[in-house]
Amino acid sequence: MANLVALSPCEGLLPQTIGAVTIAEIDPGPVTAILPFKGQDKAVGEALKSALGLGFPAPGRSQSKGGARAIWVGKGEALLMGAACPDLAGAACVDQSDAWCVVEIVGDRAEDVLARLVPLDLRASQFKRGHTARTLLGRMTASATRSGAKAFEIMVFRSMAETLVEELTRAAGAVAARG
Amino acid sequence: MRIPCPICGTRDRREFTYQGAAELLRRPAPDAGDAAWDDYLHNRDNPCGEARDLWFHEAGCGAWLVVERDTATHEVMGAELAEKVAS
Repeated sequence: MANLVALSPCEGLLPQTIGAVTIAEIDPGPVTAILPFKGQDKAVGEALKSALGLGFPAPGRSQSKGGARAIWVGKGEALLMGAACPDLAGAACVDQSDAWCVVEIVGDRAEDVLARLVPLDLRASQFKRGHTARTLLGRMTASATRSGAKAFEIMVFRSMAETLVEELTRAAGAVAARG
Repeated sequence: MRIPCPICGTRDRREFTYQGAAELLRRPAPDAGDAAWDDYLHNRDNPCGEARDLWFHEAGCGAWLVVERDTATHEVMGAELAEKVAS
């Protein structure tokens, strides 16, 4: 029997500290995409609420409760992370564990680094803690969530992990070089 | 150029993919006849001025939008969800 070794998407690439930012991989735990069927949004939100204490997030928002998080990732779609998906009759639930690469970028210059890559105003006055957006990072589609005053969580598809690390480290290097 | 997505807010054009005239949403009945279907499939206006186009918010929420814009001035007047226009 083959002995399989689990590798995370950014295995061997992260963490890295460049100038005033640290880029590190995050293990999101189980990830489930939840897509409520037509007209079932409310029922799915209530079922989530009673099972995990968090609802279905509104567009551009994320919620967390204990270790579980729900992040809006598109029209009629959210990702439940860090908790097993409860039985939801009114929604399509797809296990996407291991399909996403999740990276956190933390530091005084995190906003400046992302400003070089993301065509969106991510400053704290516009993009507050818990806010999330589907947008571009370089040429990749990505999900960006503010996880703290100086911290962002970036998610891309697993196949793009290496490109994500390259884009982030190159931008961080450029920001650091300017002092 | 920025497009005001009804779901995500105003976003850069890079996040969107252009499809074509919003005429596409006005599909004729199956028995409408060859002329109507020929017109639907092949004939488009080429306006200098106000136009209604379909755009896909590919790098955002994934919604199809009908965007009203001016092809002469590049002004974007507004956008609404294609599902609301079509229904």
